[in-house]
Amino acid sequence: MLAVPVAGVLAALVIPFGAVTASRMSVGVVWFNAMEVLTWAGLWMAGWGPDAVLSLIGGYRFVAQGLAYQLPLMFALITAAAGAQSLNVAQIVSAQRHVWFVVWMPAAFAVFLAAVYAFSFLGPFAYPAGRDLAGGVLAELSGADRLVLLAGRWLLLTAGAGMAVPLFLGGGAGPVVPAWAWSALKTLAVLAVLVWGGARLPAVRADRYVELAWVVLIPLTIAQALAVALVVLARGGAPL
Amino acid sequence: MTAAVFWPLAVLAAASGVMVFRFSSMARATISLLVSFLAAGGLVILLGLGYLGVVLILMMVMEMIIMAVFMIAYMMNPAGLIQMSMVHNQRGALAISATVFVFLGSGAVLATWPHQAGGRPSDPTFQLGSALMGTQMLTMIILGSCSSRRWSARWCWRLTGAVMTGSATS
Repeated sequence: MLAVPVAGVLAALVIPFGAVTASRMSVGVVWFNAMEVLTWAGLWMAGWGPDAVLSLIGGYRFVAQGLAYQLPLMFALITAAAGAQSLNVAQIVSAQRHVWFVVWMPAAFAVFLAAVYAFSFLGPFAYPAGRDLAGGVLAELSGADRLVLLAGRWLLLTAGAGMAVPLFLGGGAGPVVPAWAWSALKTLAVLAVLVWGGARLPAVRADRYVELAWVVLIPLTIAQALAVALVVLARGGAPL
Repeated sequence: MTAAVFWPLAVLAAASGVMVFRFSSMARATISLLVSFLAAGGLVILLGLGYLGVVLILMMVMEMIIMAVFMIAYMMNPAGLIQMSMVHNQRGALAISATVFVFLGSGAVLATWPHQAGGRPSDPTFQLGSALMGTQMLTMIILGSCSSRRWSARWCWRLTGAVMTGSATS
């Protein structure tokens, strides 16, 4: 249960806030991916822990959802990394000096946002904590335990919104106000869109999303990564 | 600093590895194995191989959770969720694992390891990629496209063989 908020905080370590980053590690994108995946273990354990049917089913639902969202997310991250030719988040930001990645990687951006909902099991992907399961992974929790898990899912959503900014929205780039303010503004904007959309989009069942993910989204994100790789290759290693 | 990180991770990796066989629940044993792998991933990061270590953590979390689902699903007792022993054929298993441990351990101690020539590469991830894939990139691409069923399997293997021979001789 604790693993879920811890995953959110650790994933946020590599997000640059203007020029300030908690960790400038060279493999920041992979780190973000690995820390977000800790939710798989955290949520499955949270579902298994209470030894109750409905919460266990909720845990299993998250694993099924994970099998659906994870590979398209990986290809979306690879697309941004390929555009900058680096796994370092700061270098991905500096590769967007001229054109933001969202402009020429729209499919990767959309898939990334869907994955943010999925790994924070919110909005259309709240299925593991669905009302049809009396709360699923949340069914047996109360008090501080429940607070920790709920805080964890919102932390993950915020970390995802924060990571969308350096990956696709040019990081701290912007006129007039300083870079850290642009990072904050853009993060809040993405978060606002996610929260607004989350309340309006219908719930997606994991088995239906698996089909969409594997039949449509994986080929789509591979094509997107290929297009980006060809552009970078044609320009001799430089992004647009 | 390195020692202060190394020893807790090393002890954690070994201890949670042992606990895999001491627990009496499929779920606990799987999570214990996961903890062991996470500590091993930390040790790889400590070696300065950030990419390998982080990928190890990434893959092992997914792999162990999927394994937990399958192990529990395939147990004979109801759903694999009640108490059960994690060991069987104890004497045979002990003999085999002791032999393998001595064999691999003596290899690690007795082998003449090469000395490091020059300093650390500036980008170990890139160096690792080219060492793993460098000359075999074309082979991998063709093998990958073999899995899309449009090509007949025989042609695929012939082409792969030709490319491998070509890259080996060049």
